[in-house]
Amino acid sequence: MTILQEVRTLVYKDIILEWRSKYAINGILLYVLSTVFVCYQAFKSVDTLVWNALFWIILLFASINAISRSFTQESPYRQLYYYTIISPKAVIMAKIIYNALVMLLLSTIAYISYSITFSNPVGDPALYTLAVLLGSISFASVFTMVSGISAKAGNNSTLMAVLSFPVIVPLLIVLIKLSQNALNGLDRTASSGEILVLLAINVITITISLLLFPYLWRD
Amino acid sequence: MVGVGIIAGFLGPVPTLPILHETIRNVYFHVPMWFTMLTLYLISVVYSIKYLGSGKEEHDLLAVEAVNTGIVFCIMGLLTGMLWANITWGDPWPNDPKLNGSAIATLMYLAYLVLRNALEEEQKRAKISAIYNIFAFPVMVVLLYILPKLTDSLHPGSGGNSTFGDLDMDNQMRPVFYTAVAGWILIGIWICTLRYRMRLLENKRNLLD
Repeated sequence: MTILQEVRTLVYKDIILEWRSKYAINGILLYVLSTVFVCYQAFKSVDTLVWNALFWIILLFASINAISRSFTQESPYRQLYYYTIISPKAVIMAKIIYNALVMLLLSTIAYISYSITFSNPVGDPALYTLAVLLGSISFASVFTMVSGISAKAGNNSTLMAVLSFPVIVPLLIVLIKLSQNALNGLDRTASSGEILVLLAINVITITISLLLFPYLWRD
Repeated sequence: MVGVGIIAGFLGPVPTLPILHETIRNVYFHVPMWFTMLTLYLISVVYSIKYLGSGKEEHDLLAVEAVNTGIVFCIMGLLTGMLWANITWGDPWPNDPKLNGSAIATLMYLAYLVLRNALEEEQKRAKISAIYNIFAFPVMVVLLYILPKLTDSLHPGSGGNSTFGDLDMDNQMRPVFYTAVAGWILIGIWICTLRYRMRLLENKRNLLD
């Protein structure tokens, strides 16, 4: 099989596994919805700055919860089996793609429920949606590698948080800036720099993950 | 060479320039700290990559000791920077992207050390922490050197400010500054290799026991 076919099969397998149990995805969705609702009860109405920050914080914690189990939901023996028949690059690619899909779903639902409960003050919805999409893909690409590392280190959740927060912060800063631009309805040329930086960080993290993962799984 | 470094570092404050009310002397200390830190982290990443290629324990030890020493220099850079900021900007911690970036980068490398403590088995520890180190290094570079350039920063050389080089440094300061940089980098590398050799000796003794 070529690596692309392997990736496709693995992503398909992950989706089917998730669809069978629906436990994890429903749990995460419920988590997002209840967090949004708790925030709504606590804040009632917020100005745009807080609105933006709150949204990204909700998304950040939801995504950590969603992605931290990406390498532990299957038994180590089954993972060993995968590693014997396919290349590690395909495994990490498939995980990144699958997590990106989960994150897209998650952030869409978070965005919709968030703008229903709080009123939606976004000035440039298309750009904001782009920021959310880019953000969920970036979260997926960074957290997948970190969750791989912390899974190897006995997978305690403190380690995941300690390792991933500093790495995600630069992304988050750029994301918040971009989405703030969209909120204020600034001219789109003003945010092209941020979009480029985001894309560049994504490309860098995905390449590094691809290069490093083969070393990570080999025990 | 180390002697030259120490002498240059201490001779640094001799020429005076009353632009920033004498605090410009700090440029001999504050800036070389960050250069040293960056050099040490770079060494650490290079040896982490080498470790992944070779699997030799020495490479891993050198990578760790480079990070350990680098964190010390990072903290010294933060402290001298806070002193300087207190005088020139009126606040030890103004909300500046470069400051926040450096704080987060420090957190990242502390996380690296925490990760090492979390793992018992030596080879596994070496490998996983090497991977995290390589993963963290580009993020650190983005935080410290790319993001502040994009936004408005109080630091010279970012957000449209000119660098110290064009503005305040006259030709009298330049040679002292460069020797100070070279000296501190050499001292950093020297401390790092000392610690590395200590670790090697400890390992050898543990083997003998």
